[in-house]
Amino acid sequence: MSPSSPVAAAVKALGSVLRSGALLTDPVELATYECDGLTNFRARPAVAVLATTAEEVAATVQTCARFGTPFVARGSGTGLSGGSVPRSDGVLLVTAKMRSVLSVRPEDQRAIVEPGVTNLAVSRAGAPHGLFYAPDPSSQQVCSVGGNVAENSGGAHCLKYGFTTNHVTGLEVVTPEGETVELGGMAPDTPGYDLVGAFVGSEGTLGVATKVTLRLLPMPEAVQTMLAAFADVDSAGRAVSAIVAAGLVPAAIEMMDALAISAVEAAVRCEYPAGAGAVLIVELDGPRAEVEEGIAEVRRVCEEEGAFEIRFAADNTERAAIWRGRKAAFAAMGRLSPSYIVQDGVVPRSSLGDVLHEIGALSEEAGIRVANVFHAGDGNLHPLVLFDDQVLGEEERAEELSEAILGLCIARGGSVTGEHGVGLHKLAAMEKMFSPEDLETMLLLRSAFDPEGICNPGKAVPTPRLCGEPPRPCQGSHPLQEAGVAEIF
Amino acid sequence: MATKQHDGRPLPTYVETAAEDGHLRSLLNDCVHCGFCLPACPTYQLWGEEADSPRGRIQIVGQLVAGAPVHGAAAEHLDRCLSCLACVSACPSGVRYGEIIEEARAKVERANARPLPKRLGREAIFALFPYPRRLRAARLLLKAAESTGLRKLLHYHWLSSHLPAILMATERLAPPVTPLERLPPRVPARGPSRGAVGLLVGCVQSVFFSHVNAATARVLAAEGFDVIVAKGQGCCGALSLHAGRMDEAARLARKTIDVFRAEGVKLVVANAAGCGSAMKEYGRFFAGDPPYTEPAAWLAERTRDLSELLAEAGPRAERHPVPMRVAFHDACHLAHAQGIRSQPRELLGQIPGLELCEVGDDTCCGSAGVYNIVEPDAAAELGRRKAAAVRATGAEVVVSTNPGCLMQIGAWLGSAGCALPTMHVAELLDLSIRGGEAPRRPLTRPST
Repeated sequence: MSPSSPVAAAVKALGSVLRSGALLTDPVELATYECDGLTNFRARPAVAVLATTAEEVAATVQTCARFGTPFVARGSGTGLSGGSVPRSDGVLLVTAKMRSVLSVRPEDQRAIVEPGVTNLAVSRAGAPHGLFYAPDPSSQQVCSVGGNVAENSGGAHCLKYGFTTNHVTGLEVVTPEGETVELGGMAPDTPGYDLVGAFVGSEGTLGVATKVTLRLLPMPEAVQTMLAAFADVDSAGRAVSAIVAAGLVPAAIEMMDALAISAVEAAVRCEYPAGAGAVLIVELDGPRAEVEEGIAEVRRVCEEEGAFEIRFAADNTERAAIWRGRKAAFAAMGRLSPSYIVQDGVVPRSSLGDVLHEIGALSEEAGIRVANVFHAGDGNLHPLVLFDDQVLGEEERAEELSEAILGLCIARGGSVTGEHGVGLHKLAAMEKMFSPEDLETMLLLRSAFDPEGICNPGKAVPTPRLCGEPPRPCQGSHPLQEAGVAEIF
Repeated sequence: MATKQHDGRPLPTYVETAAEDGHLRSLLNDCVHCGFCLPACPTYQLWGEEADSPRGRIQIVGQLVAGAPVHGAAAEHLDRCLSCLACVSACPSGVRYGEIIEEARAKVERANARPLPKRLGREAIFALFPYPRRLRAARLLLKAAESTGLRKLLHYHWLSSHLPAILMATERLAPPVTPLERLPPRVPARGPSRGAVGLLVGCVQSVFFSHVNAATARVLAAEGFDVIVAKGQGCCGALSLHAGRMDEAARLARKTIDVFRAEGVKLVVANAAGCGSAMKEYGRFFAGDPPYTEPAAWLAERTRDLSELLAEAGPRAERHPVPMRVAFHDACHLAHAQGIRSQPRELLGQIPGLELCEVGDDTCCGSAGVYNIVEPDAAAELGRRKAAAVRATGAEVVVSTNPGCLMQIGAWLGSAGCALPTMHVAELLDLSIRGGEAPRRPLTRPST
């Protein structure tokens, strides 16, 4: 950062409005924030603010707005789409230090937390009252609620309980212009436009959440977890369809293929049945009688589809052992390969088997291994494309393969992201999935919150740009504006 | 300091080479940046800053390998790591963080990257701690300070705020001086022998925790082992190794290897978690140092933690009831570095009447070798948290497997106005085997 760069003036101003120690300027320290969980996109921020209060967040955003400086918010930095990759010409606003659970209200079944609180900490805070927080990304012990809100994070149990958006009722938000506003509240729904709904999943482009009101649910009376081993992914895929067709609503149905199993065995020695071409983890929760009846039905269906071994978790320790393999799956890929891309596509559940075959064919053709871990019940695939970044050209081929997999998902009427978000990684795929008009409409919403285009610019929605044009959305008037349908405020 | 090996060849200096950086780079490559280590890391728990997390430190080491200067922020964040290795237990990708931080610290040492007061403090520590004779002199000073009331005087506000932090930290942690229990060169097994085992008496342990060593020897003998207290042994080099002082560590480790090899024991028992974990790493440490490659591997293979050996061998001596509520604290270098968690619990479970309660918080207590002396502020906060967690168990005594942890937890419980006794697992087993009334075997002689 040169003293005359546009961001320098903003940094100087930040120094005068923030407490000492909140501003990080040492290049060595800044570099530790250069990427999130997707390491192939990196940028060293010009400066980082380690905020401890909502007031500091507001002061930072106000300063950025005053100087037109781009800023990016970041929680624990575990995102998988490059959503919190900083701007080298901007401010990184870190909320990881804001980790107080402000209140738990058992009678209202709500928790109000700061954005840096981890997902698991919310469930821990609810536990003494017999409550839990349902969305459970695999990184739940580290990922932050602020990040979950930005990405509308899912997890294994979203099949039954829904995503983050179904569990956030209220937000305190600092808008990109630096104003602190309340969206929603304690009630399950508020009249007027669903601004909470718009904000959750906006990938940090509509502002920075400083307080989040979350819905807590009563812990189910009973939980039963089953592990079924199949010879191949086809039969496991058929079992998934059959379970859903039988009218059962498991809390989770997860699938892993042989390559993924070998990675997690190496990582956490979860001792899944030997020789399995695929394993299914099926979890049912609810009233005891219902769970017992349901799990018997699941077992019958799995056996019918050719499961060669079925295990039940006898207690919480065994349940944790079954889940340990699944939850460690992404990171465990480090055991198989120096680098990997986690893809996040969605297909209709009924085409799971076919899509997996097509992925297999693409993988063979490219000579690149693909391990499959996925939320089978949702049809949410997580193909892990393995490559060695030291081998010339392999990263490009892996990227191509990963794009091709998304192509398959679109062709099947699915989506390019189920829960990891678009970030930087899936910008190009957005153009394949949506028409230019769709994308322009999204940008219109964005500029209603962020007219200057300084809030996590360049992420989530591709920004059409002409050569030499400054990076901001909606240059000139929008077609909808011209038609008198919409107005930019 | 000697500049030659016993065979007359010059001591190899730990030279930075391209190959070494290549090794470091390949270790760094295992990290996929998932962040699962963050909540396990004590300093991330304290401050929530990336540069003070394992993932952030790995990133910093990557910058060093790429040529960034070691001075300033890099050295500071690497120094703040406790090397507790909780991140290793949490890591799904199998990153060998222990090796990474060791090599990175060696870089910090070589570059002389710390500010002068910090450097002098560290030099003082490493001129004292690994040397039992110097420690014995320090013990006498401490004893004199205690008996003249000088030690209490140090706590007066004005004085404590004007003395160096490092000195105050040392004083705060130093346990009350206990009589020195010296061990004979050999303690014979009771009953038919199950084999001869060497006992590492250590440096700090042998001077300030000689009663733990004595208890260890008694328990081993009662369980049927001939205990060989190899003569001429000193510090195993763990403190230096974990601090990146590679030449010093190599010198101390070589001596330890020589001493135990000369005795030809079947196994070598360590009762301090940090020492045992370093000795188990000797093989790797000397892999590129041919005259010692084989002897180092020999000792590494034979090293056992006391609890590991006893749990594997199974109990033989009768246990008498010890009706106490005991809080067990996992030493990081036992749980995370050696993967030993169930064994000490199993041994405590063999004692009739003993009620075992877990300290819910399994974060490092802040002791971490010399960490609580060189990084007193962070260690103090971790100590306070651990003391609170121990208090919450309602236990009457705190038990662990490492002298450093016991000192740290004892000191912070004391500060919190809850001065619980601290005991090593060996002491508790000794108490149970001897029974309430049983006389001590004439094993020790009074110190001078």
